[in-house]
Amino acid sequence: MSDEILFDLKNLAKRFVKGKESISIFEYLSMTLKKGDFVAIMGPSGSGKTTLLNMLGGVDQPTGGEIWFDGSRIDNLREGALAQWRANNIGFIFQFYNLMPMLNAHRNVELPLLLTNLSRKQRDQQVQTALKLVGLEDRAKHMPSEMSGGQQQRVAIARAMVSDPKLLLCDEPTGDLDRQTADEILEMLQLLNRDFGKTIMMVTHDPAAAKYATRTLHLDKGQFAEKELAA
Amino acid sequence: MKDLYLVYKNLTRKKLRLFLTSFAIFIAFLIFGAVTALQGALNAGVEMSADNRLVVMNKINFTQPLPYAYVNKVGNVDGVDKVTHANWFGGYYQEPAQQVITLAVDSAHYFDVYSELAVDPAALAQWQANQSGALIGERLANLYGWKVGDRIPIASNIFSHGDGGHTWNLTIDGIFSGRESQTDTGYLVFHYQYFNETHTYGGDSVGWLILTTEDPSLNDAVAKAIDANFANSAAETETSTEKAFNKAFIEQIGNIGLIISSVVFTAFFIILVVVGNTMVLAIRERTGEIAVLKTLGFSSLRIFTMVLVESFLLAFVGGLLGLTAAYITVEVLSGVFANFLPNLVLDQDIVIQALGYMLLLGLVTGMIPAVRALRLNIVSGFSRD
Repeated sequence: MSDEILFDLKNLAKRFVKGKESISIFEYLSMTLKKGDFVAIMGPSGSGKTTLLNMLGGVDQPTGGEIWFDGSRIDNLREGALAQWRANNIGFIFQFYNLMPMLNAHRNVELPLLLTNLSRKQRDQQVQTALKLVGLEDRAKHMPSEMSGGQQQRVAIARAMVSDPKLLLCDEPTGDLDRQTADEILEMLQLLNRDFGKTIMMVTHDPAAAKYATRTLHLDKGQFAEKELAA
Repeated sequence: MKDLYLVYKNLTRKKLRLFLTSFAIFIAFLIFGAVTALQGALNAGVEMSADNRLVVMNKINFTQPLPYAYVNKVGNVDGVDKVTHANWFGGYYQEPAQQVITLAVDSAHYFDVYSELAVDPAALAQWQANQSGALIGERLANLYGWKVGDRIPIASNIFSHGDGGHTWNLTIDGIFSGRESQTDTGYLVFHYQYFNETHTYGGDSVGWLILTTEDPSLNDAVAKAIDANFANSAAETETSTEKAFNKAFIEQIGNIGLIISSVVFTAFFIILVVVGNTMVLAIRERTGEIAVLKTLGFSSLRIFTMVLVESFLLAFVGGLLGLTAAYITVEVLSGVFANFLPNLVLDQDIVIQALGYMLLLGLVTGMIPAVRALRLNIVSGFSRD
């Protein structure tokens, strides 16, 4: 883990307006994420874990505070610039994999590369490398419906990794998997963090999953309570 | 270009829906192409009408004759340049089903009034000198393979010949053609004098008069003068421009324009609703996927374009297939009905019009889902999935 700060959240606030009622998810939330961190965020339902993850990923906007990424403020970027920022810096892994059902594994993994200027040949090479990394090089032509949940999540990891992002954001990545498959996926994330230096932030309900992270942050009532774990 | 594969996969993900939607569009453009070509064929006579040509007919209706004496009287009206006349013969060749449009005309002036018809002066002179001669149009000659010198029996389903039969044996003295491609040359003309002397029903009457004015600006005044001249006579007249006459003739079988517009509009409206609904549903069920694409970094504008392109592709695939089917249908029908609808053709104008409608269809049906995709908030997109 390096001492360089990748994410710096300053007094972050998020409020929802529902009818006449204003609901605060968190206020004055601050944290830093260093390059090479593998942070698990835990907390009860409704504590704002996913909302936080969405804001870190630039898919949701805070109602107050600042978000700094690698020295640049991102919470005030316009939609187009945020999209570009996401494409360049963030890899997303979802609970339900969110693969395109009409595309095979190869084409699904290729999606982020369509946003680059790489040639077809270069894209194919990178996709093959990513699929090899997750051990699915022989499933490149398979459709999502032809794969198990674990395999689909590995394709999703390959998709998140293929453009070599600085940060992987994982929203309950093992929430839809059995224990054994979940461990395989978590080991893979751990490997990406340890051997490839990827910074990872993972939201989870599962204490067993959180053990794979180097830090665990408990989010409750709008505040963090930190707990360091051995890798 | 990189996104075209995604567009293609989205378009073809539900094969049955793609087939049914394309089929609906296919039917719409088949109807549009065929019916518009038919409308064009029916209107060809109207479009080709000369600006300074008037038609004088019996005020009762088109089938009632006018006295032959009217020809000279009309010729003396101020503003009239040339006058000729014609009688409907009701001709057919060999059997009634093989109709041959046959007119008994004034051989001296007919081709002066119809200046868009081109005929060899020598052939015209020969015909004018040959009482039982006939001139035939190029299209009619090609249809039956007739050539100059052929003697052809033309029977009438209206008139009887003085010899007790219904057939007039005519010799082809020449073939006339049109100076423009759309000019109708699918008929035969023979001598009014010969007709008048040989048929047994009435005599010294003409079906209608055709005249040219010295200038189109005189049309109204000349028409009024002619009709006023024969007011309160046994055969009152109604004079109109050739364009109005041809239009009225077509509208005897109903307001074709209105019928065709109604059919095309109804078909299009139904297709618009069907395709629009399909597109909206298709995009709605992909809300989560659009949210994923946006999360991965696809810009809203890029997704908007992809949805719109998908809609255009759908409209053009179905539309072009429908237009091709319409072209084939029109080609087949133009052969079958060559005699009645000589200008039945799916021309460039119809193709351009159809392409415009395809563009419009794609735009209208794609715009709503494309805007929805454009505006989709990622977070709410995931929560709706």
